[in-house]
Amino acid sequence: MPAFFFYFFSALTILAALLVVLNRDAVNSAMCMIVALAGVAALFVLLQAYFLAVLQIVVYAGAVMVLFLFIIMLLDPKGRRVPVSEMNLVFGLIALLALALGAFWLARQYPAVAELPAIPQLPTDDAPLGYATAAKTFGYGLFTRYLLPFEVAGLLLLIAMVGVIVLSKRTPPDSNDDPAK
Amino acid sequence: MQPGLQAYLIVAGFLFAIGFAGVLLRKNTLIIFMCLELMLTASTLALVAISRFYNSMDGALFVFFIITVAAAEVAVGLAIIVALYRRRHSVQVDELNYLKH
Repeated sequence: MPAFFFYFFSALTILAALLVVLNRDAVNSAMCMIVALAGVAALFVLLQAYFLAVLQIVVYAGAVMVLFLFIIMLLDPKGRRVPVSEMNLVFGLIALLALALGAFWLARQYPAVAELPAIPQLPTDDAPLGYATAAKTFGYGLFTRYLLPFEVAGLLLLIAMVGVIVLSKRTPPDSNDDPAK
Repeated sequence: MQPGLQAYLIVAGFLFAIGFAGVLLRKNTLIIFMCLELMLTASTLALVAISRFYNSMDGALFVFFIITVAAAEVAVGLAIIVALYRRRHSVQVDELNYLKH
């Protein structure tokens, strides 16, 4: 049964990802992107990373994609068509094939079917950073081994917030040193 | 028995390849940005799978940081795109070539 779910959700994810690239309309692309992100969240559930699955849905498919849709509708109402040049098409397909074949070749050395290792719900004393399903496990990791990166991530979010405010402030038109004019 | 690490890594590789092809093929800045997010997501899938099959929390914690950085990156990137649109009235990359000439 997990095998069926795996094939179903990976097919859904890859199909939705292809539609993100192939769709002509940016809004449709964003909708397909939400489906692809939800598919990845389902694969996280199959890997028993329940907390990350919820995070993926709330942060990615929720907040980030809402921001994307908002900006798409703000900027690009008609979605003007620009034809893809021959050279771009050839290079894009070569890159797609090369990366896919490379991933296939690299992944071959790992077992095709496996029994998932048994995991506890909460981390045990002898393996405090072993894989466990409860959200508490992330707390243990974040406040012991990954304390410094955690603080830096908080600082990064603050910098991003201030940066966005500065970037989206309207510049006065006379101070515009625009080379194109 | 169920699909092993191989299957998850192949799915992640395909997702990454599709995202990369999208970055090369599309001309709309917003869709290019979405394809970048697709590539990030592919890397998180590979990290979670490796973390699960090797029974360690490190990969999953890394995914936590990747999601944080991606959220910050999307906010800043979209602000830059909006600022660019205000000046140039376009989001197509082949019209944003003023540094080239």
